[in-house]
Amino acid sequence: MGAFSGLGDKLKHVFSKLTSRGKLDEYEIKQAMREIRIALLEADVNFNVVKDFISKISERAKGEEIVKSVTPGQQVVKIVNDELVELMGSKNAKLEVASKPPTVIMMCGLQGAGKTTMCGKLGLMLRKQGKKPLLVACDIYRPAAINQLMIVGKNVGLEVFEKGTQKPVKTAEQAVRYAESNGYDTVIIDTAGRLHINDDLMRELEDIKKEVRPTEILLTVDSMTGQDAVTVATAFNERLDITGVILTKLDGDTRGGAALSIKAVTGKPIKFCGTGEKPADIEPFHPDRMASRILGMGDIVSLVEKAQEAMDEEEMRRMEKRVKDATFTLDDFLLQFESLKKMGGISEVMQMIPGMNRLKVGDKDIDEKRIERFKAIICSMTKKEREHPEIVKSSRRKRISAGSGTSIQDVNQLLKQFEQTRDMMRKMKNNKGRLPF
Amino acid sequence: MGLFTKIKAALKKTKDAISYRLNKLFTGGVLGGEFYDELETILLSADIGSETTESILDELKSAIDKKHITRTEDVRTELKNIMHDLLDFELPDEEYPLVILVAGVNGVGKTTTIGKLAHNFKRAGKSVTIVAADTFRAAAADQLTVWAERSGVRIVKQSEGADAAAVVYDAIQSAKSKGTEVTLIDTAGRLHNKVNLMEELKKIDRIIDREFPSAMRLNYIVLDATTGQNAISQVDLFNEAIDIDGIVLTKLDGTAKGGVVLAIAGEEEVPVVYVGVGEGIDDLERFDIDDFVSAIVDGE
Repeated sequence: MGAFSGLGDKLKHVFSKLTSRGKLDEYEIKQAMREIRIALLEADVNFNVVKDFISKISERAKGEEIVKSVTPGQQVVKIVNDELVELMGSKNAKLEVASKPPTVIMMCGLQGAGKTTMCGKLGLMLRKQGKKPLLVACDIYRPAAINQLMIVGKNVGLEVFEKGTQKPVKTAEQAVRYAESNGYDTVIIDTAGRLHINDDLMRELEDIKKEVRPTEILLTVDSMTGQDAVTVATAFNERLDITGVILTKLDGDTRGGAALSIKAVTGKPIKFCGTGEKPADIEPFHPDRMASRILGMGDIVSLVEKAQEAMDEEEMRRMEKRVKDATFTLDDFLLQFESLKKMGGISEVMQMIPGMNRLKVGDKDIDEKRIERFKAIICSMTKKEREHPEIVKSSRRKRISAGSGTSIQDVNQLLKQFEQTRDMMRKMKNNKGRLPF
Repeated sequence: MGLFTKIKAALKKTKDAISYRLNKLFTGGVLGGEFYDELETILLSADIGSETTESILDELKSAIDKKHITRTEDVRTELKNIMHDLLDFELPDEEYPLVILVAGVNGVGKTTTIGKLAHNFKRAGKSVTIVAADTFRAAAADQLTVWAERSGVRIVKQSEGADAAAVVYDAIQSAKSKGTEVTLIDTAGRLHNKVNLMEELKKIDRIIDREFPSAMRLNYIVLDATTGQNAISQVDLFNEAIDIDGIVLTKLDGTAKGGVVLAIAGEEEVPVVYVGVGEGIDDLERFDIDDFVSAIVDGE
């Protein structure tokens, strides 16, 4: 189950022990740190980075803050969270623009990290911002790589510069000149995936860098990368002095500890992340969101943003008021399910909800059919029951389950889930949108 | 010293440092807390994961107690034995006609693996067809076509955006009528938590079963050795969808050790069958447990 129980759950477990006591002694801190260490390792944070992180946290925890605080557990969680956010960079970094166009962006990374796809995404994003980007095909090794970029470019309506399999440094140089004389203000160079220990190919990147002097050299890294992320990032950074990192495939269920490792060893900002298969699925990197993801607290901010897209404004305002007035009812719950569907299905959303990430995606328990059952149950309730779920006791439960063709357990489950959701929303309200640790 | 030589030296230093540490660990030293801490570091840095590392170390300690081992060199042997046993599975003999379905998340090297597999079977004298059922990624079929040409085998493909299940259906019909011995199916990369995409894969799997019941079936998942603990989740969910028979562990020519397969062997009981060690057509080898374990424990 290691992969599915998030760090947040483990920390909650540790700190529930801590919160129940008045003060912390060194032994307790040590116990907590042990759990945090394991959890960070399970999230794929590099063990050296974990070591440093733990000693930093321990020092802070041993300080007076913890003794003075009323609830030591909360204090420790806050320290862990703050340090994580700080380590990953405290604000999201933007792309640099060259003083004299075109701005040259060079992509680099291992095979299969997602460079070519990301070129298309970056290009589309920049075009939406009013830029005129040119994509350049410099992967002359992988079969059909040039073709892939051509198609990617066509799909997003961007021109692709290619010169077949001639030397990449020459293609890059010609592309920049072509951009200058044809009014392109941004040049995005797609390079071949390569191993950081392949000297010839690493030198090729150095040559391209020397020739076209990129404003941005972005290392593309698969967010599922394990311990080796530090070796890879260090090697690319030492040879190319990268300007930033792009994290891909964040729409998977990885905790993404690699983000922490890479930032820690290179000191370079993570600028963007890839969050889906569509060309528009690119987002700026938010260290605070990533921290809560690594902590397994769920990416609640992204969830809210997605929800805003999916719900129409009127529904949104109504829901907001309900939460504010703490009159969130089963009708609202039903509405949430409808929105869930619009947000791209349950599986995507579940990942982002605190406490839900424990559940296996694809599990019979949370699949779409279950949601359909929940809907049937709510529809079998009277108006009064929907507005005051607390009145639904055993005889009503029996009637509802019969009416909706479900079991009493299903009804119980629904009510429980509703309660949890309502509590969570109340806590969020009290914490002004912060996560309810 | 130029930058490039410096880095080469640095990387060699890292590798040597690991070998040195391992050698120092296993040749001198006492079996104390520090010894186990160091051992833990080595296992963790190979992506074995904290849970499996802990259980391996527990087993090692009890073996040391039971067998009264005192020499650190013997500990090394014992550790290798434990890891070896974890990875040791009995693999079925391949029978023909054979259909191999290759699946995995994006960017792990499925298409390259298919190209190498095709070459292997062709060299063994089998008639081979590869099927381009990745109809999603741009130019995936073109990439596979190059591999088909390199290994000199037949390819079945349709235009981009075609229904992958339909491509597989056609390919199976043609494999049956032509008497093809080995059919290799390349599928689109999909993240294991995307329910719809996993359903599509299940459908492909069902079609092969239904249309080619006389064929031996093998479903392989391709894992990138660079991947960390998420690989467990990948195998778990792919296995749930289409019953995985084996793992192809790619990109072992880098610095990553792919130790997560030890955790997978323990939790999911899925064996590693092949390893990918480069971009060349011959760079696919049968998984050798001793080599793999040695790379982690001896650092070479």
